[in-house]
Amino acid sequence: MSREPAGPRGRGEDVLRVVLPIALLGFGVLIWDLVVRLKGIPPYVLPGPGLVLTTLVSDWPILSDSLLVTLVTTFEGFVLAFLGGVGLALLFNLSRLVEYSLYPYAVILQVTPVVAIAPLLLIYLPQQGAVLACAWIVAFFPVLANTTLGLNSVDHNLIDLFRLYGASRGQVLWRLKLPAALPYILGGLKIAGGLSLIGAVVAEIAAGAAGAGSGLAYRISESGYRLNIPRMFAALVLLSVAGILIYFALSFLSHLMLRRWHESAISREV
Amino acid sequence: MSQASAPAGGSAVSLRGVAKTYANGVVALDRVDFDVFPGEFVSLLGPSGCGKSTVLRIIAGLSEPTDGTVAWPHPDMTAGARETSFVFQEPTLMPWATVTGNVRLPLDLQGLDRATAAPRVEAALARVGLTDFADVYPRELSGGMKMRVSIARALVTEPALLLMDEPFAALDEITRFKLNDDLLSLWASLGKTVVFVTHSVFESVYLSSRVVVMTPRPGRIFTELAVDAPYPRDQRFRTSAEYGALCARASEALAAAGEES
Repeated sequence: MSREPAGPRGRGEDVLRVVLPIALLGFGVLIWDLVVRLKGIPPYVLPGPGLVLTTLVSDWPILSDSLLVTLVTTFEGFVLAFLGGVGLALLFNLSRLVEYSLYPYAVILQVTPVVAIAPLLLIYLPQQGAVLACAWIVAFFPVLANTTLGLNSVDHNLIDLFRLYGASRGQVLWRLKLPAALPYILGGLKIAGGLSLIGAVVAEIAAGAAGAGSGLAYRISESGYRLNIPRMFAALVLLSVAGILIYFALSFLSHLMLRRWHESAISREV
Repeated sequence: MSQASAPAGGSAVSLRGVAKTYANGVVALDRVDFDVFPGEFVSLLGPSGCGKSTVLRIIAGLSEPTDGTVAWPHPDMTAGARETSFVFQEPTLMPWATVTGNVRLPLDLQGLDRATAAPRVEAALARVGLTDFADVYPRELSGGMKMRVSIARALVTEPALLLMDEPFAALDEITRFKLNDDLLSLWASLGKTVVFVTHSVFESVYLSSRVVVMTPRPGRIFTELAVDAPYPRDQRFRTSAEYGALCARASEALAAAGEES
């Protein structure tokens, strides 16, 4: 029943949850460094962690530009996925007929591998548009599916209660269905954030040969052609960090919005 | 809404020949004639599945009868079902809203602004003894307290008729007794009409001025029992011989109703 942070045991576990992965990372980097040094592996096969770091610093002007491009695409794809996913779910909720007509196509869009769609999109759309479309295609489905589930999970008695007091459709939607669906929507967004990045990267890779791209994934394939392996690693590190930050940002948002009432966001005293 | 069909012209609600058959063919109610008189506390007593909740939902307008009429003959009840409030078996609170937000809901839906609603919400919370919990979220409350919030929400619109669908069935006995007593004192002080659905003989006799016994499958009114014991009722009534005798009669009626079907 308490809203206080968990007791000493819980706090100790919280520390472990942060310290353990970092310690493992440090250990892995150490092994990586040792293997590269002791075996004398050349940097064009496997660069050591130190070299990746210096490349990250020395190539920062190029890499940061590319990072920004990829992040902007990811963000736009994510926002469109949010609007499209929630919007479609609301439409489905208002009309069964629309749901029956459109839902199968949403599923088809989801199950067709985006790697296979990307080259086609690149033919019909300008490159930036195609990349954005890929980010959207991958990211919108979890938002749609989760929001649909959330909107259909409203307590039936609460629906009766709203009817009893003569609530309008707008009031039911705004005061009942959307708040009830919020935990589901936020769960969908958490997945969509990472997927949007993946969609953007896949499309950039597919577009890579076309040349005009300058996103991080494009940098990776370009560096690959030039055997600039340290830069490939540096770009990869940036992508991972971006993905991790997106995940944490969305988790934090979800926590902020649910912390006061939803079971998922409340720590229990054991 | 014709008054002519209701012999008891003064009743708050009058059901005549009300039947309800669900789409799957289940006959929930069969020709139910039932009157609720202003100011009374009447219980609908019957086993699970006898359609007593259906009667309540039809009065509230949440369910349409397949046959028969529902009339509101009494001059105080011209607004019909809109003069009612409903308390469900579960507390049915919005987990994302505070106690205040939950109790204010009916007023919000009517479009009342917060400043006008605030004193009424406070008054309703005070009546159920939850003033100190106004800003708490439902998950932090016990089952009995949640039910109090639910009752406060039902009272906030100052309805003429309070419909309660086994509201205390899921609570432990100590809490139930306490809430029974609180409900009786609310009823005494507010002068509302209450229709209370229960499957507990003891609860129905303790609370009501009249117990209506229903038969199961299809639901029909079997008989009714006047409980003449004077209010206020308290622990002494609960342990009195009179109470025991009334409970015995209600139990017999319930058993006979079961054989009837």
